[in-house]
Amino acid sequence: MTDVADAPVGRDVDRVVIRFAGDSGDGMQLTGDRFTSASALFGNDLATLPEFPAEIRAPQGTLAGVSAFQVQISSEPVSTPGDEPTVLVAMNPAALKSDLSRLAGGGTVIVNEDAFEERNLEKAGYADNPLEDGSLDGYTLIEIPMTKLTREVCAELDVKPRDAERSKNFFALGLVSWMYTRPTEPTLDWISEKFAGRDNVIAANTAAFKAGHAYGETAELGSHVVSVPPAKLDPGTYTNINGNTALSWGLVAASQQSGIPMFLGSYPITPASDILHELAKHKNFGVRTFQAEDEIAAVSSAIGAAYGGHLAVTTTSGPGVALKGEAIGLAVSLELPLIVVDIQRGGPSTGLPTKTEASDLLMAMYGRHGESPMPVVAAYSPSQCFDAAIEAARLALTYMTPVMLLSDGYLANGSEPWKLPDVASLPTIDVSFATEPNAMSEDGEPIFLPFLRDDTLTRPWAVPGTDDLMHRVGGLEKADGSGNVSYDPANHALMTELRQKRIEQIAKDIPPTSVEGDADASVAIVGWGSTWGAIRGAVRRMRADGQKMAHVHLTHLNPFPEDLGDVLRGFDHVIVPELNMGQLVKLLRAEYLVDAKPINKVMGQPFTAAELEREILARLEGTEV
Amino acid sequence: MANAPATTKKDWATDQEVRWCPGCGDYSILTAVQLMMPELDVRREDTVFISGIGCAARFPYYMNTYGMHSIHGRSPAFATGLAMARPDLDVWVIGGDGDMLSIGGNHLIHALRRNVNVNILLFNNMIYGLTKGQYSPTSEVGKVTKSSPYGSIDQPFNAVSLALGAEASFVARTHDMDRKHMQEMFRRAHAHEGASLVEVFQNCNVFNDGQFDMINKRANRDAMLINLVHGEPIRFGAENERGVVVDDAGNVVIAEISDVGEDALLVHDEHRPDPAVSFALSRLAASPHSPTPVGVFRSVDRSEYATEATNQLAAAQEAKGPGDLAALLRSNPTWDVA
Repeated sequence: MTDVADAPVGRDVDRVVIRFAGDSGDGMQLTGDRFTSASALFGNDLATLPEFPAEIRAPQGTLAGVSAFQVQISSEPVSTPGDEPTVLVAMNPAALKSDLSRLAGGGTVIVNEDAFEERNLEKAGYADNPLEDGSLDGYTLIEIPMTKLTREVCAELDVKPRDAERSKNFFALGLVSWMYTRPTEPTLDWISEKFAGRDNVIAANTAAFKAGHAYGETAELGSHVVSVPPAKLDPGTYTNINGNTALSWGLVAASQQSGIPMFLGSYPITPASDILHELAKHKNFGVRTFQAEDEIAAVSSAIGAAYGGHLAVTTTSGPGVALKGEAIGLAVSLELPLIVVDIQRGGPSTGLPTKTEASDLLMAMYGRHGESPMPVVAAYSPSQCFDAAIEAARLALTYMTPVMLLSDGYLANGSEPWKLPDVASLPTIDVSFATEPNAMSEDGEPIFLPFLRDDTLTRPWAVPGTDDLMHRVGGLEKADGSGNVSYDPANHALMTELRQKRIEQIAKDIPPTSVEGDADASVAIVGWGSTWGAIRGAVRRMRADGQKMAHVHLTHLNPFPEDLGDVLRGFDHVIVPELNMGQLVKLLRAEYLVDAKPINKVMGQPFTAAELEREILARLEGTEV
Repeated sequence: MANAPATTKKDWATDQEVRWCPGCGDYSILTAVQLMMPELDVRREDTVFISGIGCAARFPYYMNTYGMHSIHGRSPAFATGLAMARPDLDVWVIGGDGDMLSIGGNHLIHALRRNVNVNILLFNNMIYGLTKGQYSPTSEVGKVTKSSPYGSIDQPFNAVSLALGAEASFVARTHDMDRKHMQEMFRRAHAHEGASLVEVFQNCNVFNDGQFDMINKRANRDAMLINLVHGEPIRFGAENERGVVVDDAGNVVIAEISDVGEDALLVHDEHRPDPAVSFALSRLAASPHSPTPVGVFRSVDRSEYATEATNQLAAAQEAKGPGDLAALLRSNPTWDVA
């Protein structure tokens, strides 16, 4: 790497939060992703927050078109992408305008000054150029003509000027990599690999990256250089992973650990499509992926595959779950294993497709006609999506039931380092298909009763092709045991009760409530899903300030852990932060008669630890804690 | 599946009481299927009947095979998943015109274009039966029903035309008054590799009685049913005096043989790669009140969906070896912390 400027020696800090912002076409997601990768390989702990518009190419230069990527890198364990960026890289006026308010006071603003011309300023709604009118006085402003410098460095290459300009995000990446003493090899290697076969693109991006890296040195930005030493993580092998990839791999693992081939029926929808993309790659694991004609066909095909003895999965987001509701109800009635993955996003209706929200909990619980209970499992961090997927599969296969697995847009696209599990230590999922008749008819003939239950109220799974076990399943009410159509009132009451009980009794087979922090505190913060990181951060801060506090994070929303009521009643204050208008809090109040208080946010963004701390303290003001 | 143990109709029937209205055309279709199954050299264990919702959709409960009575309109989607997951099975799909052409129209056309190996029997009675008599997507314009007291204003679907337009590789039509013909069509559908659609004109004697009388009453059949036979000139009539020709304008029309001569008759070819002629044949009768073709409209070889999907799995395993989970988890850049 002799032709890349030596990394400077910077002052050590334990964390920085960097936000890359630009136009949708500026490649900010890629820039952030590369910076994250290099930091991960360097050994930092980190968490990311990609934020982008729903349009593929929103009108250029406008506020609506701003795409941003925030990452916190740290030498200490972190659980959020950071409350306030300390550095904002703004590639155009719109990015500066939309994201400046997030920046910490006194933070550093790095701008591509070439983009601050009249037209772009106007599109962003600036009457005066903020680089000149003193409005950035409270910040450290670094103005760089990135477009011009990139064009110049590419002039000697066989690249058209317009194409060269597209590489300016690599200039920014090079500069920020220099300022934060990131290793350059991973990025340069990645460029060569990613653009293999397009030599002029490799040349332009490489040249732009190196120019940005060298710029820091020559422009004497040395005083800005900061090092974030590697974090002291548990020994092991790590990879940087986002939630959708972890969830996909968890499903593959569940298929391997159960020995049951996987079938995925799916229809493209943001932000779940990446799971379909990822699983479509892994056909050598025996994974069958089916891109169906619609959401209903996606779930229906999966139920068909489940009847045939496959580990059946359908992946979607909220609008898709709404469409699948009737078929999921059929799976409840048929008592077939099925995993329904809901990567939640802002709603109702099309809502905020690329923004996060966790407002499908009550739909997961109750969004079907009739009494149709099913287990609900929620993932709480990007990497934990792996374990959550295995758990959802375990419950589905063990108890012959559809299971709702909840993730959200923030977990789906956010990434963090993940200590790879030892594959040999992953739990196995025992599945046995029925192979012979399980009862005698009145005239002494062996017969098969598809709804004869075992002591966990689970029915046998007999797949087509099995000798002598021919049977019909259907959505009409079934007679207990035989499964024959029955309109008998008492039988319907019995079957309704059995369907309820068999889900309730799964509580015996899930971990008890886990209480983090001070078990003897009078205050418990109770969360579920992706709020885990922010709650953890807020609780850590308040405890550091001497406030006793507990954090209870639920991974099983139906059934709840058996001891949850007792645990909650042990606290004087139960506070439930959610990215919705108060859904878990309703369930807890209804189920346990505890006076739980909500904290709600529906802005398409995750909580920050600081705002949670503020909100929690406000709820506790004037009370004795 | 060859050399299945010998069975009789009784082996294929369940002990469940059949609950269709007395006199319903569904009975004759059920009997035709139960009598035919022992001749197919297949095992009951390897056979699955899947249905949606409607009168016809009760069918699986009466077949002593594996079966699923699913939800309204979605049976082709359930069947697609099962056929993909288990290409070793014989999958049949049963449904009516409301189920398959209205609420489930989308799934039907996509199953056909994908050519997944399922045999779809569409019982067309041109009415909603189970919901007690509303007009269906195949009801004729002007149909007076409870939901169309002033007559239906909906242009109906022609199921055969629709299937041909949806890239179906096998399309046939039969009717509930001719067991032998039904069985022949079902056998052909079963033998076809890929999606096969058989439209069965079926009488609903409660809400649409006699809808097909004009073409399938025994006395009317010769004059009104145009039997399509592969390789044969298309002719019909009490005296076999009429036929189908392509006229000077290129239209497929019915003509008197005495006017056009025998040599002018269109010779039926199920295997034409272009479905245009089959489509034209499907348009000969706008409703079952004029001479109507029955038989196999189209039967062409096209790659079967589950086979293609299975081949991709095999190719991936060949190229990458069987899945190695530990290697998958390390497939992105990794680093070690000591």
